Amino acid sequence: MEPAGASAALDKTPLNWVHRSLGAKMVDFGGWDMPVEYSGIIEEHLAVRTGVGLFDVSHMGEIEIRGPQALQLVERVTPNAAGRLADGQAQYSALLYPTGCFVDDVLVHRLAADHYLLCVNASNQRKDYEWIVSQNRFDAQVEYASPRYAQLAIQGPRALAALAKLTAVDLAAIRYYWFLHGEVLGAPAIIARTGYTGEDGFEIYIPPEEAARIWNAILESGAEFDIRPCGLGARNTLRLEARLALYGHEIDASTTPLEAGLGWIVKLDKGEFIGRDVLVKQKQNGVARRLAGFEMRERGIAREGYLVRVEGAAAGVVTSGSYAPFLKKNIGLCYLPAGRAAAGQAIQVDIRGQAVAAEVVPTPFYSRKR
Amino acid sequence: MYPEHFRYTKEHEWIQVEGDTGTVGITFYAQKELGDIVYVELPKLGATVSAGKSMGSVESVKAVSEIYAPASGEVVGVNEELNTTPEKLNQDPHGAAWLVKIRLSNAREIDGLLSAPQYQAHVGAES
Repeated sequence: MEPAGASAALDKTPLNWVHRSLGAKMVDFGGWDMPVEYSGIIEEHLAVRTGVGLFDVSHMGEIEIRGPQALQLVERVTPNAAGRLADGQAQYSALLYPTGCFVDDVLVHRLAADHYLLCVNASNQRKDYEWIVSQNRFDAQVEYASPRYAQLAIQGPRALAALAKLTAVDLAAIRYYWFLHGEVLGAPAIIARTGYTGEDGFEIYIPPEEAARIWNAILESGAEFDIRPCGLGARNTLRLEARLALYGHEIDASTTPLEAGLGWIVKLDKGEFIGRDVLVKQKQNGVARRLAGFEMRERGIAREGYLVRVEGAAAGVVTSGSYAPFLKKNIGLCYLPAGRAAAGQAIQVDIRGQAVAAEVVPTPFYSRKR
Repeated sequence: MYPEHFRYTKEHEWIQVEGDTGTVGITFYAQKELGDIVYVELPKLGATVSAGKSMGSVESVKAVSEIYAPASGEVVGVNEELNTTPEKLNQDPHGAAWLVKIRLSNAREIDGLLSAPQYQAHVGAES
């Protein structure tokens, strides 16, 4: 199926009416009418850190690549080594331009040796699909598969217990960044042990017409663990505490994986791929700037776009900044000159005309105990 | 919901005038729209504020919002407690979580503010 053209009206997930009936606060998120919060961002954030939270992430896009040369196409358009995936395994990767900068960041799932599923960002899905098609000189078919999937994320230390009641699949046997085909409440599902919160959890890909039934059943099943429906607000603060990049903030068409601290998704030894030449040079010469995490040392919250100074001189810009509900600190990410990006570096953030002290700290800000 | 003895701005501040002093806060609607409030920046004691001009800010997890002075005057009281417990603004915006007290320099400015029914109409039936 070809992607529909952009329309003036906001896109809606199959759960739009469910969010509205739950009283969610809705926002325009990159053209999607999405819940930003239900009971409150802090409560939702803490539910995921200590119990379980449920997110509608059906706005995310899915692109499937099939055919005898499906792997060659995936290897060509992504920097991570898709060739090292086994059936049922997923990896974090990217789509890069020849400049080495991001078209998008993606999750690559190997369904079979000749069949891959890419999960991509909502607002990039049409662009991503067209980019992959434009690079397809292989015996492979590219499908814009988003309309076939709704996606739910069940995240938190009790995610497994909440989901286990609704499926015969042995969830505990699914390792981190692996997935399998199973059934949830009798509906066909891809059940992946992945997430974007820094917690254990699952992302399930289900038929859109089953989404409301499964959503409600998970909320019911998770009630004993005090499950909370969670919006994009908590999704953002959770990913920030875990230092997970967000397209349009830390990464975009002007940043490379090496600058963003994502060198581990760049496998220069795997052979040719789009953007490799630039990344080889960047690796040899070193990057000029680097993404750094910081904590405010004085009162104030750094927000996206605020200027960052080192010894008074402009040095970078905040890409994400927020109060961190679990850590109870004001944290952020910003690009800094590579020599100024090490932990301990004193910086100042311009907050409404005031230079407010902050310090580069090791990241992730939060990692769960395993 | 909105106390009759308060006056309101379209920007969702309230002021309660007693004598020559007005106590200022943000409305229930404002805190609800903002969501969890995590940071407050207030003017300093003794500062001069002008009606309709920014005198500080309130930040929720997601957003920064300016606080506009409902009336002009000198800041004669600051609710310092909000620096450490900004969440009180979500819990009691019309009471304990007042922001500042202003000694009014022009009491007539109050006449231009919204009454409780007018403010209620301004924010709509939802609140």
